[in-house]
Amino acid sequence: MIDSNYSRRRFLGLVGGTAGAAALAACGSSGPSEDGGSSGGGGGGAASYWSLSGPPGQEYRQASVDRFNKANPNTKITPTFFQNDAYKQKITTSIGAGQGPTMIWGWGGGGLKAYVEAGQVEDLTDWFGQNAAVKSKILDSSFGAATVNGKIYAMPVETVQPIVLFYNKKVFDKVGVQPPQSWGDIMALVPKFNAAKIAPFSLGGQSRWTNMMWLEFLLDRTAGSDVFNNVFAGQKDAWSDPAVLTMLTQIQDLVKANGFVKGFSSITADSNADQALLYTGKAAMMVHGSWSYGIQKANGGSFVKDGGLGWMNFPAVEGGKGDPSNTVGNPGQYLSISSKASAEAKDTAKKFFSTTLVDNDEMAGWIKSGGVPVLKGASFTGSDDAEFLTSMADIASKAKIFAQSWDQALSPTAAETLLDNIAKLFQLQISPQQWVDSMNGVIGK
Amino acid sequence: MTTLAPPAVRVKEPTRTSGGRSGAVLWMALPALVWFVIFAVIPLIGVLLLSFTTWNGIGTIHGSGLTSWKAALTDPGLPRALWVTFVIMALSWLVQTPISILLGVFIAARSKYRGLLAVLYFVPVLLSSAAISITYKALLDPNFGLSAGLGVSWLAQDWLGQSGLALGVVVFVVSWQYIPFHSLIYQGGVRQIPQSLYEASQIDGAGRMRQFFSITLPQLKYTIITSSTLMVVGSLTSFDLIYVLTAGGPGDSTRTLALQMYQFGFQARLMGPASAIAVILVLIGLAISLLLRRLGGRADESQLEGM
Repeated sequence: MIDSNYSRRRFLGLVGGTAGAAALAACGSSGPSEDGGSSGGGGGGAASYWSLSGPPGQEYRQASVDRFNKANPNTKITPTFFQNDAYKQKITTSIGAGQGPTMIWGWGGGGLKAYVEAGQVEDLTDWFGQNAAVKSKILDSSFGAATVNGKIYAMPVETVQPIVLFYNKKVFDKVGVQPPQSWGDIMALVPKFNAAKIAPFSLGGQSRWTNMMWLEFLLDRTAGSDVFNNVFAGQKDAWSDPAVLTMLTQIQDLVKANGFVKGFSSITADSNADQALLYTGKAAMMVHGSWSYGIQKANGGSFVKDGGLGWMNFPAVEGGKGDPSNTVGNPGQYLSISSKASAEAKDTAKKFFSTTLVDNDEMAGWIKSGGVPVLKGASFTGSDDAEFLTSMADIASKAKIFAQSWDQALSPTAAETLLDNIAKLFQLQISPQQWVDSMNGVIGK
Repeated sequence: MTTLAPPAVRVKEPTRTSGGRSGAVLWMALPALVWFVIFAVIPLIGVLLLSFTTWNGIGTIHGSGLTSWKAALTDPGLPRALWVTFVIMALSWLVQTPISILLGVFIAARSKYRGLLAVLYFVPVLLSSAAISITYKALLDPNFGLSAGLGVSWLAQDWLGQSGLALGVVVFVVSWQYIPFHSLIYQGGVRQIPQSLYEASQIDGAGRMRQFFSITLPQLKYTIITSSTLMVVGSLTSFDLIYVLTAGGPGDSTRTLALQMYQFGFQARLMGPASAIAVILVLIGLAISLLLRRLGGRADESQLEGM
């Protein structure tokens, strides 16, 4: 009696357990099928596309997708947009889990290399060989960051984005000073703006890559492009160049002189608060990517329209070896095709590449966004932003060297150490020598 | 049917019910156990295995022995992260416990306005950590925040941009969010204390303070242990709030172990060392909760002896 009772319970337990296991098995099997769906974007040649949200780009990315979907109602592309800093983690995790999109948006360079080494993206070299007409429409200089070991793994899209020094003309007039022509001028302007209770430079320091842009320019102006090229090539102790110590000391001097806005280390670039400081006149200058123009135009009321925004290439450093025409930034944005996507989805993506992404509407859209397209033969006449766009195109084309941003060029592991140490450097938590030592430790990693 | 039959049944019955009851308890624990195994034990084993490998999150996983452990343990950021974690844990316990107990005692009394206040106090628990962090970040912004809005200059500190201040703000926001929850636990604890204890002490001439320290606090012993365990283990693993508020900054001033793990795993894409830190976190968490249980003494001892 007792036994039978007990065993009945045991039996029920077993049944329950099996039911649970069956339910889980069902969950498990729904995973892979969903995986196929998301990589393929729903079958039948539909494709998925992940990219960044927010102004100035999202509107024009959406417009390209809409244009394509209208022309190809049977092979639709489904876009999903994410915030910049969140996207970087989201995309890797998804790709690692086999849940990535058909089309992977990125910055090329070291991040793309990691995908290539993991066999996650399609080799497009042959495709570009067969579609020479598509390739010839895109600026040659934009292909560098799409190329890994001599093969092309991504299509350059959207805009060429040099990093420039933006300044608020109204604030300069109010204080009665001229834009800086050299590092000495910058250091001389700092106390003047501070005395007028205006922050000399705005900076979204919590995002860290914002601080990095300063080091990129200072090192280039001081020592030319050799130092970072050696780092990139994995040369031992490449950061030990004396120019590195000089420029790290310079940047800490600027921090100590209150060159950056109060609270810069808790401002994020994703919130665009750094740009807001500039267009509201709380800060006088800002080193930022050219995409900031579109953000300030969209968010700054009539600031840009009224001619309040000035810009220039980063000034020279006295006695520096670098060519002041050099620039750094993003030579383009990059779209790769997932090697895990279905053949139909890949075809849809390639059709998107060869039609919509190189058409005239695409070029017009990116010009309207306030950017210089990666497509050749852009004409800015008649655009509201002709003045800005012409000077960006000038900076990009006249630069002897258009270096890719360090964090994009390096591997994710080295880039993280770099960003971490840069944040500490700006916080004066480490000395220039400690910075050099930590960075030498991750060369080639 | 003899007179012997009933006792025979009576003897058997307790065995059957007790056997039956333990069967029922096992059966009731089963669903929870299944989920626990699937969502806690299996991932934990996965993490343990991953900590002996090298993996960048997208490529193939290579076994690499103790390399990842060495990388995690020799990282100069680890002692710093341990220290920050410990400081946040200790400070938030020190801030939260006294306030929660006092608030809990206050709202345990049955009167209408206290009931209303209890509902108001509870609001922060209902908000998501991310929303709280974003709100505080906006309020504390030295250029656009409260100080600029109200024109109060002493508020214009670089709250999240200076090491010491940022740590203080983190502790404050964590406490702001969780004090209501712990007050609720203490409220329940206080209401469990038999009224007769207070009546008896009143007859003996004890005042309010005496009652609080001699009856309420000792009677709350187990509640304090429960709440402290939740606080300590919770602050060990808390991630979202700090990540949104400071992202571990400025520099590494508020980078706790959990953030260090995230940085290793998802930013530097070193899943091996990240898993090693995860294992360390689990071990510390287990050790602390065991220690706290020990502090509580024997679990079966009664607090109401002689009642």
